Amino acid sequence: MNHIASVSIRSSTAALDVPAAALRWHNLRDVALREATRLSAILVLVLLGGVIVSLIYGAAPVLRSEGLSFFTTEAWNPVTEKFGALGPIYGTLVTSFIAMLIGIPVSIGVAIFITELCPRPLKRPIGTAIELLAGIPSIIYGIWGLFVLAPFLQKEVQPLIISVFSGVPVFSRLFAGPPYGIGVLTAGIILSIMVVPYITSVTRDVFETVPAVLKESAYGLGCTTWEVVRNVVMPYTRTGVIGGIMLGLGRALGETMAVTFVIGNAHRIAPSLLAPGTTISAAIANEFTEATGALYTSALIALGLILFLITFLVLAAARYLLLQLERRAGK
Amino acid sequence: MNAAIYRRRRWRNRAVMTLASAAAMSGLLVLFLILGTLLVKGVGSLSPAVFTQMTPPPGSAGGLLNAIYGSIVVTLVGTLLGAPVGILAGTYLAEFGRDTRLATVVRFINDVLLSAPSIVIGLFVYTVMVVRMGHFSAWAGGVALALLVLPVVVRTSEDMLRLVPDSMREASAALGSPRWVVILKVAYRAARAGIITGVLLAVARIAGETAPLLFTMLNNQFMSTDMNAPMANLPVVIFQFALSPYKDWQALAWCGALIITAAVLALNIVARALSVARTGSES
Repeated sequence: MNHIASVSIRSSTAALDVPAAALRWHNLRDVALREATRLSAILVLVLLGGVIVSLIYGAAPVLRSEGLSFFTTEAWNPVTEKFGALGPIYGTLVTSFIAMLIGIPVSIGVAIFITELCPRPLKRPIGTAIELLAGIPSIIYGIWGLFVLAPFLQKEVQPLIISVFSGVPVFSRLFAGPPYGIGVLTAGIILSIMVVPYITSVTRDVFETVPAVLKESAYGLGCTTWEVVRNVVMPYTRTGVIGGIMLGLGRALGETMAVTFVIGNAHRIAPSLLAPGTTISAAIANEFTEATGALYTSALIALGLILFLITFLVLAAARYLLLQLERRAGK
Repeated sequence: MNAAIYRRRRWRNRAVMTLASAAAMSGLLVLFLILGTLLVKGVGSLSPAVFTQMTPPPGSAGGLLNAIYGSIVVTLVGTLLGAPVGILAGTYLAEFGRDTRLATVVRFINDVLLSAPSIVIGLFVYTVMVVRMGHFSAWAGGVALALLVLPVVVRTSEDMLRLVPDSMREASAALGSPRWVVILKVAYRAARAGIITGVLLAVARIAGETAPLLFTMLNNQFMSTDMNAPMANLPVVIFQFALSPYKDWQALAWCGALIITAAVLALNIVARALSVARTGSES
């Protein structure tokens, strides 16, 4: 604080001695700083505009030649230059769905454990450990998924699933075929491991914001821990939890490397979750450098455009939902 | 009747709490499994040669020197390009713009960029830089990473500057400080630890980033310091080596994975320690 005061006094005495020159000098620096920061802010806008324009520009050739059928057909044949995006879109949505199906309950469970059950000295270490999972680069999940998780699933888990569900009507089709190890289900499981730290850290943070008085009054009425979480903590923190889930979903949709390693890269929609498939990001990562011909490249950029739009929609939906909930809570 | 209800509630509570504990344990288990596998498989092939020799052709010995060099260079370029612009834009949002329309729009757009998949950023840089220049280059990789750094730094810089109480700015202004002194000498000083934490987290994010480098920086089997040419880098080398059928390449991939993870975790821990030190001194 001393330093700040001395700086200001020095500059104000300077202003007393040579007012016009000093004022002009300060004014110049004020304007320079304001314009520099404003230009940087505008640059952020220009960059996003550039991303969208360049994607549309790059996607235009294939959209012109395929038309709407690009979004509705499954065929992907670079040799005959027939491109349909349905396979990758399906893969992206299904793997993300599996990731959320496993990830959301586990994350909320971990958050409940950390905030309500965990002995105090263990709280920080466990929280930090789970957050470190979020920092591990996705390629590490990929290499681990390929060499550790996939063989384990292939040998131990998938044969079991296949035999358990072999007689059950819908499930026998979902879990059919030979256990490859790699495939849509494995990609979904890897994604679920990757989204858990994201959802958990947000959920835990908002769980901590619940006033102790609210929880204690519920306990005072004789509620069990689960009833307190279910009827006090969850309603109080709903918006924050949804925000965390959307954050995780955004990551699952756009995740590239981990999925590329374990999904098997097949442009087809198989009814079985154990079969290889592909996602938008995996298709781009696998094929882009090998794409020969303008139309092939364009088809991959068009896939990127679709992925960008999907993640944008998720973000916008989350924003809208949060706004609605806030408004309702305000009433 | 009452006893039955009690029993059911107690039972349900116990079931959910057991599940929650199991979830936490399995999260920790996975972390240990991943780190354990990395250590077991990575340490075995860790040797001085890894840091002194170039990536080998299959079947012969070698190291990761060129990939490590490339990764450090491209991460530096990405940070040096992205972080200053990000801090300035964050300053605009927190100090000058606040609730103006431009600031509101920029804030939303920044969130969109933050959630944009990194591979899409790679596609953008490919069409804008690689196609124009006619070849892959380390510069293109650096720009792609800078685009990933930017939104993270904008977000954290704004948040951290907003935490500085306005009374401090007003006190400084009341002493006669012009705006730039208020921002550079008061607001920045108060928010410094937070802003540095944000930059470190952004560096940690790009250090292991693979997808946008696949078709901007490409890869290079040899040592290259030419920023205008493709350059080797750890993530892409890991990707290529891990998916190859050669045992010695796979061993090097595990080794590279161990190096990257150690670096990224170290960055995360430093950033975390910084932010803990900050909140500790405030209270």
